[in-house]
Amino acid sequence: MYGGIDIGSRTVKIVLLKEGKIQDYKIRDSGNDPYQQAIDLIGKYRPKKLVATGYGRHMLKTEFADKVITEIKAHSLGARYLYQNCRTVIDVGGQDSKVISLDREGKFTDFKMNDRCAAGTGRFLEIMALTLGFTIEEFGEKALSATSSVKINSMCTVFSESEVISLISKRVPLLNITLGVHEAIVDRLLSMVHKVNIGSGVVFTGGVANNICVLNLLEERLKQKVLVPKNPEIAGALGAAVEAELIYL
Amino acid sequence: MGDYIEMWKNLGLNLQKHDQLLNALGTIYSDIYLSQKDRPKGMDYFNFVMSEIHGLRVKELKEHKDRDGKVVGTFCLYVPDEIIMAAGGIGVGLCGGAQFSIPEAEKVLPRNLCPLIKSAFGFKLAKICPYFEVADFVVGETTCDGKKKVWELLDNHIPTYMMELPQMKKVMDKNLWLEEITAFKDKMERESGRKITHSGLEEQIKIVNEKRKALKRLFETRRATPVPLSGKDALLISQIAFYDDVKRFTTKVNELCDELEGRVMGGVGVTSKDSPRILISGCPMAIPNWKLHNIIETSGAIVVCEESCVGTRYFTDMVEEGCPGMEEKLKAIAERYLNINCSCFSPNEKRIKQIIWYAKDFNVDGVVHYTLQFCHTYNVEFVKVKEALNKADIPVLEVETDYGEEDIGQLKTRIEAFIEQIS
Repeated sequence: MYGGIDIGSRTVKIVLLKEGKIQDYKIRDSGNDPYQQAIDLIGKYRPKKLVATGYGRHMLKTEFADKVITEIKAHSLGARYLYQNCRTVIDVGGQDSKVISLDREGKFTDFKMNDRCAAGTGRFLEIMALTLGFTIEEFGEKALSATSSVKINSMCTVFSESEVISLISKRVPLLNITLGVHEAIVDRLLSMVHKVNIGSGVVFTGGVANNICVLNLLEERLKQKVLVPKNPEIAGALGAAVEAELIYL
Repeated sequence: MGDYIEMWKNLGLNLQKHDQLLNALGTIYSDIYLSQKDRPKGMDYFNFVMSEIHGLRVKELKEHKDRDGKVVGTFCLYVPDEIIMAAGGIGVGLCGGAQFSIPEAEKVLPRNLCPLIKSAFGFKLAKICPYFEVADFVVGETTCDGKKKVWELLDNHIPTYMMELPQMKKVMDKNLWLEEITAFKDKMERESGRKITHSGLEEQIKIVNEKRKALKRLFETRRATPVPLSGKDALLISQIAFYDDVKRFTTKVNELCDELEGRVMGGVGVTSKDSPRILISGCPMAIPNWKLHNIIETSGAIVVCEESCVGTRYFTDMVEEGCPGMEEKLKAIAERYLNINCSCFSPNEKRIKQIIWYAKDFNVDGVVHYTLQFCHTYNVEFVKVKEALNKADIPVLEVETDYGEEDIGQLKTRIEAFIEQIS
């Protein structure tokens, strides 16, 4: 078995491949010791070769991982494994978001990542959901049932939170604020999307791809179908496993 | 380093803070620089200059003042060293490349301002830069909005002479700049009490041109594969060019070039032949700003050229030698300096052409465009730079950052990904 591990800011993911087929995968909260979580997962599966990616990718080097690749490369490989015709990847994880442009062969030719703050990331949605009293799982569904939306002007997570609190205190319907929050994150993503060459075959990965409202808004604004794999949060780990199989098989 | 406590005390430095600064700098320098493998022997001199950064050179400047010479602090490439030197003065490029002095500056200045300006201003407020304290006056210029307004404030702390740099390159701008150069000559004569002579100016033009030629020669060696010198070391030399003694610096750079040319002949480099070659283009990197070079070169690529004020813009053009009269000489100086392609000019197409040219000439695999946070001119000009690079099929990565360390993880991800992209 060949493994890929994605040590993210919010979760650690491992994917195992055998002859090009996904054998198994696991997702765990990073908690305060993502290193230990990663070691546990590796110990559980003991892959023949392992490629690491994600924000904590360098934690593992030499000791456990045979190779380290960036999230950009991992998501490109993962998205391409899932969809042969993918030319654009939008990945929104816990701490960062990125838009990647791929050429016909699947090699990435340009990418854009969010700046140092949490604007436009999963963390932004988590904090807003908490402020509005929803769980992250139901957040997208709730937004879809809004009758209209309010504009959230601030991009900064902290400022947006105060903006949302002041809207709540003005008794603006919670669902309308919820939709506004979703529109804000999509606007932020689109400003990145427009800075790279966006082709057809847009694949949406990362935990935020589970959010139905973000997906709908993206499709509406991009005027095209956006593909979301089953378990979009493991796309990075999957890409790392693909790399492991590619180079060591 | 020697014992300079008395000197620093006499200069009025805040000794406690200054100690903290030097300690921090020492650690960073040894981590980033001394840990490099296969450095050329000729770098010993520059290591020595760094170890004496606030010592020996400041002592030399102090002695120069004791002999009635003037010390002039500058911030920008547009201040003509030749004129300062022809009046028996020494020009020192004041740095602004450290996070350390920024909190002090932010007590006065808005936070959303370019880190280079904040850092330089903070050095003066905190009294931790001996160059600021030894300078008789400083020369500010109107390159960007942030700078020109901060220099007004700086004047309350040290006499600040302003030069108006035009922002276009039309005939009337050239005339204005020539007037500024002439007025600066008068200013230097008044300050120093010395008349700038025709032959004296000619001599200094030659001396400064020699320094430019040495740097040009140094950069030429970096065209080789494998590269004989790390980008970090080249950057350091470009930074030291701003404050070291001109003649000594020129000699030492040429000595290093002899060694590097030998390395090139023998195919010896600091990295393997396959390391991706990077051109950095954009904002200046004042000492001790080594952040981007360090990330790139610890991620497996090598920086082979800097299209920057601390880089090619500093030495590319020479002042024409042998012009007959004083007026012609000043004209030649004005022309040379106005030729520098800073993004504060509009239009600035020549910079974009130069970037493409360097990218090809240095055989780079990709360009990293570097913008200091809140530097509007470089930031906006990137749109055109990117267009031109895309057209020429040269990959480019845009980086906007300051001197803080909190974004190093994210920068590393981007740079590693860029290296994966171009490998």
